[in-house]
Amino acid sequence: MHWLRKNLLGIIAILVLVYLFIPIAVIMVLSFNKPQGKFNLSWNQFSTDAWTNLCGVPGVCSSFVKSIEIGIIATLIATALGTMVAFALVRYRFKGRSTTNLLIFMPMATPEVVMGASLLALFLNLRFPLGEVTVLIAHIMFIISFVVVTVKARLQGMDPRIEEAARDLYADPRAVFRYVTFPLVLPGILGAALLGFSLSFDDFIISYFNAGTLVTFPIYIWGAAQRGIPVQVNALATIVFLVALSIVLIGQFVSYRRRKSLESVPIIDDEALTSVDALSRS
Amino acid sequence: MVAVVPTSAQASPAQVAQRSSKTGYALLAPGMLWLIVFFAVPFITLFLTSLQAPSPTQAGKYVPAFELANYGQALADYWPQFIRSFIYAGIATALALLIAYPLAYFIAFKAGRWRSLMLVLVVAPSFASFLLRTYAWKTILADESFITRTLNTLHLLPEGRILNTWIAVIAGLTYNFLPFMILPLYAALEKIDPRLVEAAGDLYASPTTAFRKVTWPLSLPGVVAGTLLTFIPAAGDYINAQLLGSTTNRMIGNAIQVNFIEFRDYPTASALSVMLMAVILIMVFTYIRRAGTEDLL
Repeated sequence: MHWLRKNLLGIIAILVLVYLFIPIAVIMVLSFNKPQGKFNLSWNQFSTDAWTNLCGVPGVCSSFVKSIEIGIIATLIATALGTMVAFALVRYRFKGRSTTNLLIFMPMATPEVVMGASLLALFLNLRFPLGEVTVLIAHIMFIISFVVVTVKARLQGMDPRIEEAARDLYADPRAVFRYVTFPLVLPGILGAALLGFSLSFDDFIISYFNAGTLVTFPIYIWGAAQRGIPVQVNALATIVFLVALSIVLIGQFVSYRRRKSLESVPIIDDEALTSVDALSRS
Repeated sequence: MVAVVPTSAQASPAQVAQRSSKTGYALLAPGMLWLIVFFAVPFITLFLTSLQAPSPTQAGKYVPAFELANYGQALADYWPQFIRSFIYAGIATALALLIAYPLAYFIAFKAGRWRSLMLVLVVAPSFASFLLRTYAWKTILADESFITRTLNTLHLLPEGRILNTWIAVIAGLTYNFLPFMILPLYAALEKIDPRLVEAAGDLYASPTTAFRKVTWPLSLPGVVAGTLLTFIPAAGDYINAQLLGSTTNRMIGNAIQVNFIEFRDYPTASALSVMLMAVILIMVFTYIRRAGTEDLL
């Protein structure tokens, strides 16, 4: 009883984590199912059919590839635009700061259905044809904010004295950016890109409003949900989940190792930085 | 959607010199221009569309007008969906807060070296398709499932089932938007200096009192942010209502989607969107008036 009381919080925490993963487990288990009838909703019989024949159902793989393509293009553009905005927010003074903050925040606080509907209203009024271009425009729009937030946090968490030290060692601004600032911000940019890609790849509502006849992976799943989702979709979703999780875990591991090794380098040591700081002020 | 990953936003030891130059504006311009053209301007077209009237000559077409009556008509037709959206989203947000707080608290104060792994685990489910995760709840909450049978034996289900009822819709909303509650809560709790709680203990406060008087008030910014970030997408969602509920559980998002895409009744759909957005803007601005815009990002 005493043990339970002492560890109650930990037990609840683990139960919540388990709860978060229940649907994932269902998706994975049902990827090995041979459903009875059209709907892959309850366990029937073990089968690896979906895994050995991933593209066996027409439309699954083409929509999957289309989503990857859209995700990559949207992420590249949004990451570039968002990173620039983040640098401007942290490093530069400019007029209209609170309007800028608001304009970046609002896409994250607007329900997707409203964003999808308002973009569609724009495209309809302009008679702009719906398709891949309109979906890309929409994805870039809602990814930018998440990139800004992620990169901004990284920039703000950076010790400015490291850049000062580089300047004290006669590095010109370009060299400071190339050898110091950029490598330090890079993990943040990569994290933002990964987040952006996963948002784009998984987006359904905004895409559905602006896709016209284009079929992305989520739009395919939505259509299939009415007549039964093919088992292949579960297998592909499992692959995406495992790949994304591996990338994040590897990223965490690398940054952990980097932190460890940086701590052993005397110049980055906090005390050393303080003395560099003091010297530069004197 | 994946939530904002909270990076430990410790205050930098020395303030970075902020430069003022054309470079700043040049860096801002492309991104902000994109947001103005494809986020802000569409709201204006949405508003204008909501006031359009049916074309007198062409059936199914709409012409620019100032039909404020569209709003009254939309509200008259869809007020149950509106109310349902806010009730469902409200309950889901409250449940999410209840579920998220212990986990966020544990990660912030007790997880030690497991902290970053646990944060990854909070975000990880989002890597599997939103639609499929929602669809998976159809399996978990099915009539013959373990949960439904157990609750039925205890006579806890008013309708004798979960799937295709409001319970399933709220369960789906709670699950899907939980990370949006956990992460801001964690970010706020992580900033609390544990010595403050210790000090409360030293002053003979019981753990409960210390939590009530120290930890909880200090975590309020996270509670407010998490509530907004959970409530807003939940109120606008229509996937959970569509996949897990019945036709009597439809939400405002369903109405907007059906009117826009299937009925092509653009003015009604736009009027509904504008009204939903108005409610959400009121919530956001109430929050900003208390917290300012710097903390939004």
